[in-house]
Amino acid sequence: MTTLLMLSPVLVPVCGAIGYLLAGWRPATAWLAPACAALTLASAVTLAAAQPAPCTALDGLARVDPLAEFMLILIGAVGLLATAASPAWLRGEIAAVRASPRTAARHSVLVQLFLAAMAVAVLAASAGVTWVAIEGTTIATAFLVGQQRTRAAVEAAWKYVVICSAGIALALLGLLLLNAAAVHAGGGSDLDWARLAADARRLDPAVTRTAVALLIVGFGTKAGLAPLHAWLPDAHGQAPAPVSALMSGVLLSVAFYAILRVKVIADLALGPGFARVLLAVLGLVSLLVAASLLIRQRDYKRMLAYSSIEHMGVMAVGAAAGGPLALAAVLLHMLGHGLAKGSLFVSAGRMLQVTGTSRIDGIRGLAARVPLLAGCAGAGVLALAGFPPFSVFASEIGIVRAGFSAGLGWITAIALALILVITATLLAHTSRMLLGADADTEMAASGSVAGPGASPSPRGAAAGLAPAATALTVCAILGLYAGPLATLLHSAARTLTGTP
Amino acid sequence: MTGYTQSLDLACGVLLVTAVVIVWRRRLTAIIRTFAVQGTALAAIAGILAVHARDARLGVVAGGLLALRAVALPWLLRRALASSGSRPSEQETRPQVNVTASLLAVAALTLVAYAVSRPLAALDPSPASEAIPVGIAVTLAGFFVLVTRRRAVSQLAGFLLMDNGITATGLLTTASTGLLIEAGVSLDVLLAVVVLRVLADRMRDAFGGTDLDDLRELRD
Repeated sequence: MTTLLMLSPVLVPVCGAIGYLLAGWRPATAWLAPACAALTLASAVTLAAAQPAPCTALDGLARVDPLAEFMLILIGAVGLLATAASPAWLRGEIAAVRASPRTAARHSVLVQLFLAAMAVAVLAASAGVTWVAIEGTTIATAFLVGQQRTRAAVEAAWKYVVICSAGIALALLGLLLLNAAAVHAGGGSDLDWARLAADARRLDPAVTRTAVALLIVGFGTKAGLAPLHAWLPDAHGQAPAPVSALMSGVLLSVAFYAILRVKVIADLALGPGFARVLLAVLGLVSLLVAASLLIRQRDYKRMLAYSSIEHMGVMAVGAAAGGPLALAAVLLHMLGHGLAKGSLFVSAGRMLQVTGTSRIDGIRGLAARVPLLAGCAGAGVLALAGFPPFSVFASEIGIVRAGFSAGLGWITAIALALILVITATLLAHTSRMLLGADADTEMAASGSVAGPGASPSPRGAAAGLAPAATALTVCAILGLYAGPLATLLHSAARTLTGTP
Repeated sequence: MTGYTQSLDLACGVLLVTAVVIVWRRRLTAIIRTFAVQGTALAAIAGILAVHARDARLGVVAGGLLALRAVALPWLLRRALASSGSRPSEQETRPQVNVTASLLAVAALTLVAYAVSRPLAALDPSPASEAIPVGIAVTLAGFFVLVTRRRAVSQLAGFLLMDNGITATGLLTTASTGLLIEAGVSLDVLLAVVVLRVLADRMRDAFGGTDLDDLRELRD
């Protein structure tokens, strides 16, 4: 039973992909993807409730511990949000002749494969299999990013595959070096995460240091951390909205999950100093990059992408602080960011369909014309900026407190200053888009109203926003009361600090 | 024993020389031919290690490497080049750094590789681990090609060079990672190359060429 629960996050999306492959995309099959995601989420929650201790399946190939269970819940939750918003989005695209039922079917197949690969990455007992799955998602999402086939989309897809593959190749080199050190220390040669952590104290420090640096930079590429973050704004900006939501909420988080696992090994083998310095530097540089490029940002999807870089930076600073409380806050931040950013990308996709422009200055006074959409986007930005009651507020406070008490005072202070700058920028950009007088005349004058579907009825414009609103509600509830999730978070953080 | 050391050193030598040739040559057809040679050298390294360790599993890896790196990937690259038409401008690499400077850079990177891999060679001194710097040097050369070339097929070549280097490093540490992981890695590489080839075709449709300097749509 446990084996079935463990494998269903992989098997259900694979079945979904086969379903779309055979049946194609039509009104009847449109809800297959959300159903699969709901099933995945349900089995992840059941697994977390039923299996508090680590256990393995498939001859030790797959393993779940509280951390993996938490990640499965995150994949399920953000997956459900993105796939539940997909039918309305795809219908809008088909109505605007930017997509056909054929491309919609291909989109759905690739999304299901992407979700399956993410679950494999989390469930894998071996770091090698995690690597294979994370690189596999690059391949699955490449055509999703380039789906529109415009010049910009093709360019984004090319950059995405080249930068991510090269970065993740560095992580592979790191894994091979770590494997060499482990075999020399008398451990197994299957790169088992738990075995590596158990043998960590016997690993050769010089080789492990090189390996850890390569692994953190390599997986950091996929997690959107500077210096190899350049693919992220392009890919998130060009990908279809539900895919951007998945990439921001799931892909970055799973890559960061790999970094957290590497950090466990690094802390035991090299002492806490090495990974801490590396993560603090990467985190601060990411925050700096995000802050400097957000100020003059003109495209709202790219704005959201840079905000993802910011939040990954915050998580890196939190991971640098270490300790059970900081890591629990980092994991909560991961979930809160996934939900808030996912619902924002869904709203942004709808905004793009309604207004026909992705430029910030192309949209004015949205609240007056489509209040539901504007309300959803506004609440999302407030959640993202860390306003209470949303859970991002609680997790950011947790990370900042842990940073100060872990002796990272200066780093945390700089990070906090950059977060404030970014928050102010985000609020300034979005308030210009959402608030103000209805500016139809202004927009008509500037000629930026384009595409079919402009000036729709308020009801039509709000289609497909229910998942986004639900995700934001969940995010707000989590900020007030985490309930049983808190127990899971704390045991997950304990697996990461090596204190069982 | 000496026969083993000599043949291993020869294969590693071929690996490094082909990497230098790939940096040096401008004609993409010549680069692709060199790739086939390098793939063969890589398979030879696996074969030599397999014979030395009497390891049937490594023998399977050697066969797989020969099929993938010496036959399948060069064939894919040739197809990518063929579909780019016969315009001479598409048949040559366009390095941003000239050839002399590139060769000097590769020499410097090789020195870096020796410095970086000292702890690895010290971990378990053997003829194989002493050749690890070659693998790292090829990886760094691949990264260099990836960063400095402006043609889609050349970037693809840089990516593959990097991958050959990483595979060689993995083989030379003589710490196998298990067939499942090796097969997964190979599949990922193959699929990544297929994806990039398709994207290069789309780029040609959208931009009329694969000069990456044309990619100017997305800027901040």
